[in-house]
Amino acid sequence: MDETIAEFIRRTILKIPMSEMMTVLEAWNFLSESQLQTLNLRQRKDSLAQSVVLLCEEKCASLSDAALLDIVCEDLDLFDIEQFKSSFKKILQRALRNVTVSFRDAEENAVWIRIAWGTQYTKPNQYKPTYVVYYSHTPYAFTSSSRLKSNIPLLGQALTVASKHHQIVKMDLRSRYLDSLKAIVFKQYNQNFEIHNPTAPLQERSVGLDINTDSRIIHENAVEKDKVQRITQETFGDYPQPRLEFAQYKFWKAAMLTTTPQTPTQSLQFHNRFLETKFKSDLNGGILADREEPLRCLIKFSSPHLLEALKSLAPAGIADAPLSPLLTCIPSRGMNYFKIRDK
Amino acid sequence: MLVLRPLDKLPGLNTATLLLVGTDDALLQQRADSRLKMDCASELRVHLARSLPLPSNVNRPLVDLLVFVINLHSKYSLQSVEKSLYHVDASFFLGKACFLAAGAGRESHCSVHRNTIMRLAHTYRSPVLFCDLEVEGFRATMAQRLVRMLQICAGHMPSVSA
Repeated sequence: MDETIAEFIRRTILKIPMSEMMTVLEAWNFLSESQLQTLNLRQRKDSLAQSVVLLCEEKCASLSDAALLDIVCEDLDLFDIEQFKSSFKKILQRALRNVTVSFRDAEENAVWIRIAWGTQYTKPNQYKPTYVVYYSHTPYAFTSSSRLKSNIPLLGQALTVASKHHQIVKMDLRSRYLDSLKAIVFKQYNQNFEIHNPTAPLQERSVGLDINTDSRIIHENAVEKDKVQRITQETFGDYPQPRLEFAQYKFWKAAMLTTTPQTPTQSLQFHNRFLETKFKSDLNGGILADREEPLRCLIKFSSPHLLEALKSLAPAGIADAPLSPLLTCIPSRGMNYFKIRDK
Repeated sequence: MLVLRPLDKLPGLNTATLLLVGTDDALLQQRADSRLKMDCASELRVHLARSLPLPSNVNRPLVDLLVFVINLHSKYSLQSVEKSLYHVDASFFLGKACFLAAGAGRESHCSVHRNTIMRLAHTYRSPVLFCDLEVEGFRATMAQRLVRMLQICAGHMPSVSA
């Protein structure tokens, strides 16, 4: 066996934590049972590494075998689900004596966690649990909204530490549909599911007339209609949109008061690119007079299926195409709660 | 910029052409369909347009009646119609044009006030018709009225003119 291979194997063994040594060697499946039994796991790691290298020499390990050992280490290094669960539970139990934590393994490396919160002195409230879904091979976890807001930082901390990350960031994306959140976050929404017939030839679509329309009805603006259809398709694609119920925009604007001596009213124009909003107040000013704090404005769009509704605005003739990028960027930016400072 | 003129073409024999102008596609389509369901002695043709001016490269018959469809739920619809009005020759408003306001039944959804439309119609000296297009019965009645108006405008009703 080559010197370099021996050195490579020795260094790989040194990287493996002792607690996982046997698991890795067994998973590697190169050394025989009898050989593994001869290893003394209580010795120091250097000596163990030496013993393993000697055993590999007996079996004439090749470069591909050494490479396989490396892969096995990487695989186990990534994630150990049982370790995550026990670590998570321990962190919560250490902080709050009374807490019920349950786990369920689901498909696609998803761990469902249910947490019923209590305090140092009260039993956990089983009727107001928080649910978390953690996808172990991704840095994302989805949580249900909790009415017991004081526990959120603790939950974040537990997730971060148990999953061996450094910090946790809350995304401004909320919906009642987990599948839609997943589609947006894992960037899987732009796949065309073969529900409708995708092979409709382009020529048919560009005419813009229904086949069963009476021939006595003539559409004059067919060209414009096509343009709108094309722009809508470019913005939203052909695929079904992920399902969101809200989009919320918070605006701040420093007050700019304009007064003209002749007119008795003071009017404040809060004009942003998104929606034209004007505030006017009477002679004595009201809330607009002598204002030092910036004005805050909240705009909320709600719909059973917001993105599909936005997609149908231009074709239905309710809005001009293209729509404002603040509306169309929702899936690509993964946000539906925005805070905008208008300069 | 093509200005729509009422008498720039020769009228077709026994044909009456209606031009509906409005941004709400579904609304226009519904109106057109109900219109054509009406039995009528003359041959009816309906043209639908989102806004004026119309594209100039099409061979188009004479327009007998011009109807502006405004959806009371949408300010955009009103703005579009107001812009289109600039492209209409004044002589249309001597009886060959009218306004149709849809959606007055659902008060809470209206962002355009009825008075705005009435003022607009008054400015242009044209009649305004209010209609709730969601009810089949109202649609049919409205269609009948418009067909009647169309026939008068096209000169198909003896001894009555626009």
